[in-house]
Amino acid sequence: MNTFLNLPLAGAVYEDIPLGHFLTLSLAMFALGSIGVLIRKNPVIVFMCIELMLNAVNLSFLAFAAYPNSHVQANNAFESAMAGQAMVIVVMAIAAAEVAVGLGIIMAIFRYRNNVDVDDMNTMRG
Amino acid sequence: MSSTLLNQVAFYLLSAIAILGALGVVFLKSPVRAALALVANFFTLGLIYFMLGNQMIGISQIMVYAGAIMVLFLFVIMILKDQTPEEDKSLFQDRRFIFGLLSAIVICGLIWALVINPTMQSFGGEMDRSYGSPQAIGRSFFTTYVWPFEIISILLLVGIVGSIMLAKRKF
Repeated sequence: MNTFLNLPLAGAVYEDIPLGHFLTLSLAMFALGSIGVLIRKNPVIVFMCIELMLNAVNLSFLAFAAYPNSHVQANNAFESAMAGQAMVIVVMAIAAAEVAVGLGIIMAIFRYRNNVDVDDMNTMRG
Repeated sequence: MSSTLLNQVAFYLLSAIAILGALGVVFLKSPVRAALALVANFFTLGLIYFMLGNQMIGISQIMVYAGAIMVLFLFVIMILKDQTPEEDKSLFQDRRFIFGLLSAIVICGLIWALVINPTMQSFGGEMDRSYGSPQAIGRSFFTTYVWPFEIISILLLVGIVGSIMLAKRKF
């Protein structure tokens, strides 16, 4: 199996940058996304923050997949990297479906109530 | 310039842009500006995926997220233009900001202590660098992960039908 597009930057990142730095970037994005979900009132921006959190998770999946792991046998390393890739593609597809349905719900609420403030949507309050 | 330094400069530059984009999404008042900050974030994330050796996922990130999903967001922002709620003038003094910050700090501290701190030293070793290529992903999705692949297709079909149902319903 040959690589296509052998970028000079793509060589042996795992020796130059610790895995923890990728995970720290992912953690920062996830935390910012969760703050945004909690503090914003505009439902479209709340959705964007959810996308941010999903992408943070994708980044950590790919970082774990790209680093050699002492718990994985050497002949299984390729398969374990492919598991991370497959998971990321599943997350991407779910995010796309979620955005389509979620924005459809926001539009339906807007047509029904002429108002999309998340603080006013309390009809289903228990 | 050595390859190590090049890698490090590229990574920290891209992470800085990604963090700035994320900050923009959370703290910019105008939804259009927030969407453009999110595009910047997604694009730099795609480049970081390239650095990790994931060519296929990097390209899909740029096409699916920075392209398709953000166009959908911008359409909805355009339709809802004047009806979106006004943010409070003082986003930082709001009670919910304090609680949001507190919960984020707690979550960050836990994840840092339990997951990230053990991985802070770099380790060597050999990796097969071909795992990110379209060939590898295609072969994997038609052999090992054929069930997840089919389930994704059904999920996307249900999503399409559901969003059409939502859009066509009369109130």
